[in-house]
Amino acid sequence: MSAWLTAAITFALACYALASLLVLVRLVRGPSAQDRVFALDLLYFHAILVMLVLGIRHESDVFFEGALLIALFGFVSSSAMAKFILRGEVIE
Amino acid sequence: MIEIIVALLLVLSGLFVVISALGFLFLPSFFLRMHPPALAYTFGSWCVTLASILYFSALESRPMLHPWVIIIVLSITVPVTTLLLARAALFRGRAAGAADTPPRLEPKRNTAQ
Repeated sequence: MSAWLTAAITFALACYALASLLVLVRLVRGPSAQDRVFALDLLYFHAILVMLVLGIRHESDVFFEGALLIALFGFVSSSAMAKFILRGEVIE
Repeated sequence: MIEIIVALLLVLSGLFVVISALGFLFLPSFFLRMHPPALAYTFGSWCVTLASILYFSALESRPMLHPWVIIIVLSITVPVTTLLLARAALFRGRAAGAADTPPRLEPKRNTAQ
């Protein structure tokens, strides 16, 4: 692995960390519930990206399955919370 | 050569994600705030997934296409959650009488009968 790639991986991970912090500010401050749900969905998405980049960094396939699981759980939890703030119940 | 391309794709995805997070934090209303994350959802995930495909294909010297599943899953699930949240915001905005929500669409009355 060249120095370029290592530097790029570090830069990308730092960018994801910074973006997650900014989204976290919106999650804490967010005026409405839908802002907070959307911020949680974005945090799940950043976790997917971090897992993929860590897979490149460690040259391992295991992180890919983790990323897929995070994507599926993120979809289920975000849609359940969106349904809850839309109707007041998740399953009716 | 492959490593340079992978590095460029990773840097691009990091920049896209930071720009979308900045937009998500600083735009004034929820409906405006829904737009910048689309930048991360599309360009961010495409850049990282292409980088992953390129890097693992070069590493194992055979096509490794399995990170493509991430793009497929995201392109199916992200519009669903976004639409659900937009409908929730519309519903709650109308219920609270907020000024920035559009009026409800009324069905057209059939005047012939």
